[in-house]
Amino acid sequence: MPDALAAHAEPHGHAHHPALQHHFQTMAQQQEAATLGMWVFLVTEVMFFGGLLMAYLLYRVWYPEAWSEGSLELDIRMGGFNTVVLIGSSLTMALAVRSAQTGAPRATVRWLLLTIALGLTFLVVKFFEYKEKYDLHHIPGPNFVFEGPQKDHLQIFFSLYFGLTGLHALHMVIGVSLLSVITWMAHRRRFSPEWYTPVEMSGLYWHFVDIVWIFLFPLLYLVDRAHQLS
Amino acid sequence: MTTTVLPRVTYLNVRTTVASWLLTKDHKRIGILYLLVVSFAFLLGGIFAAGVRIELTTPEGDFVSADTYNRLFTMHGVAMVFFVLIPAVPAILGNFAMPLMIGARDVAFPKINLLSWYVFVIGFLFTLAAMLFGGVDTGWTFYTPYSSQASNSNVLLTGIGVFIAGFSSILTGLNFMVTIHRMRAPGMTWFRLPLFVWALYATSLVQILGTPVIAITVLMLALERALGFGIFDPRLGGDPVLFQHLFWFYSHPAVYIMILPPMGVISEVLACFSRKSIFGYSFVAFSSLAIAVFGFLVWAHHLFVAGISPYSAMVFSFLSFAVAIPSAVKTFNWAATLYRGAIWWRAPMIWVFGFIGLFLVGGLTGLFLASLGLDVHLHDTYFVVAHFHYIMVGGAIMGYFAGLHYWWPKITGRMYSNGLGTLAAMLVFVGFNLTFFPQFILGYLGMPRRYHAYPEEFQVLNVLSSAGASLLGIGYTLIACYLLYSLWKGEEAGANPWGATGLEWKTQSPPLPENFAQTPIVREGAYEYAKRETKVA
Repeated sequence: MPDALAAHAEPHGHAHHPALQHHFQTMAQQQEAATLGMWVFLVTEVMFFGGLLMAYLLYRVWYPEAWSEGSLELDIRMGGFNTVVLIGSSLTMALAVRSAQTGAPRATVRWLLLTIALGLTFLVVKFFEYKEKYDLHHIPGPNFVFEGPQKDHLQIFFSLYFGLTGLHALHMVIGVSLLSVITWMAHRRRFSPEWYTPVEMSGLYWHFVDIVWIFLFPLLYLVDRAHQLS
Repeated sequence: MTTTVLPRVTYLNVRTTVASWLLTKDHKRIGILYLLVVSFAFLLGGIFAAGVRIELTTPEGDFVSADTYNRLFTMHGVAMVFFVLIPAVPAILGNFAMPLMIGARDVAFPKINLLSWYVFVIGFLFTLAAMLFGGVDTGWTFYTPYSSQASNSNVLLTGIGVFIAGFSSILTGLNFMVTIHRMRAPGMTWFRLPLFVWALYATSLVQILGTPVIAITVLMLALERALGFGIFDPRLGGDPVLFQHLFWFYSHPAVYIMILPPMGVISEVLACFSRKSIFGYSFVAFSSLAIAVFGFLVWAHHLFVAGISPYSAMVFSFLSFAVAIPSAVKTFNWAATLYRGAIWWRAPMIWVFGFIGLFLVGGLTGLFLASLGLDVHLHDTYFVVAHFHYIMVGGAIMGYFAGLHYWWPKITGRMYSNGLGTLAAMLVFVGFNLTFFPQFILGYLGMPRRYHAYPEEFQVLNVLSSAGASLLGIGYTLIACYLLYSLWKGEEAGANPWGATGLEWKTQSPPLPENFAQTPIVREGAYEYAKRETKVA
């Protein structure tokens, strides 16, 4: 840690960047700690979704017909639209980070607001998708209704569908809240090219939530669509 | 002992309001906050255990009903596993000592550190509420479909408590991992790190990779129980054994969350009280990582009789044997460290010897259970109960007390009575063996676990076991008494009462709020006992 060593040569009391917390020696050390911490957190998130995906994998192998049937029940237009929306929001998020990095606060705020808007669009579409499932009694539980011999296995499919997408939607809600705070901070000109760690960290989180959806969309919506096309 | 007065400004007296404790970001104070909650949970778990042992003194189920008995052993397990063993060493001793040991002012994320304590307390309150409203009876393993459908106890509330407390463990692991990577003092290279820090690093790895899986598993269970989702429901074609796989994917590595940090404590105390550099430093360091990694590949040895395929059972049996290798590396290196050391018989060292003996028995009996044939006979008998208590109590709790006795002078600035500390260690050692050794025999003879009544021929061994448990209770109470007394009347300890080499002993006791007056610059390894004239301050 050459940076830390260098900082040590001088006595305490020289001017610090206002965002430097007392227990760090340098801004670089603080930034590295935050980045590593965020990546480690994302690893825990992978394991968190991993448990559900393990269950998904097992039952998909056991009950391929139910998976095919369940997948065809999902609304691919809404799901596809949401996929595009989320990928777009990752672009605007990346542009927000870039603006913060180059010291353009107005652009940062603008890109962040656009990211939030896209995130909310996703959630609204998801709400209507859930509502449709609710009307069809496809919510797993005692009131679950499905015509056909695969009913029980389809209840497992829908349990996993709601478990996975519900957890993802919860992460979206957290992400939107997080970005609202970051937008407010950016609006108050709190970030500079020397310190924009919170923007970058929220960006990492946002991209992660996006990537989760990139996996969920084909796993849930595209199980047996090739049949349909041919 | 010198008669220097206690340092004027310490982390304990710099501010003394209740708010200054509840809003503290100081890792040392957060360690003490954890100590208070964990000690309470330990008392609670102990009371439940007492209920179990009283019931089992007679063959008939006469003290409590079968249903109450189920709740007693379940709540004993839940309190002890999730609220004592998992946080004890990392969150109490690790929080207090680790940043000092690497020469840092604090952990990387002090606010998250405080948050993790609050998350822990909230999880504990949910679990306490579940206990107050009648408890839970599924066993601490929450196996489906019993937990999801049949049980009429507070599974949901307990599950939420465990789920929340899990995030506290994740946050601590994350914080420690980043701290060890990024907050080391100048010159504190990886191979100069104290072995306790290596052990905590390996533990963080398990906490980060394992805990999220139990969180999602408990969440799936909760969705199934509360809303009727069907992930583990056999009536729909769901697989209850999947729950067991996911549960043990965390809960077996969780054993290493419990035992790795105490192993690190043992390396610290053993080197100090042998006045020798630890034998095979890098082997001991890497064995911690090896245990963490192998620990993730053995979970299905809990499922040998659950109908898993014989081929996977063979692989898991082999891997379970393999995990004994890094554990043995540690034990042999400790023995080699003792060899020709100048052994100093003080209370922490007595706890260390207790640990090594009991951990050895616990580890070796684990090999019995990893054997496919023998496990069919021993599964779900008292042999299993005895085995894991030798690891969790004989190992983890003995190691925790070794560390608490070692760092107590640093934490409080006061010395406890060495004689009483030694007596307590011996009482616990004897009491422990008396409690759990008979259970090996009971299990081998076929007494199943989790029943409140048993055939008469098992009574003698069960009475011995209950008698040992009373000794254990006396031993633990004694510790609480003399440690609390030391706060009031204990001699002042001085900066380095043990003549130890670690950085934490180079600052005053109790330490400054910011740990060190000047950030230390490290020029040598952690255990340079041979090089120096050992002076006892």
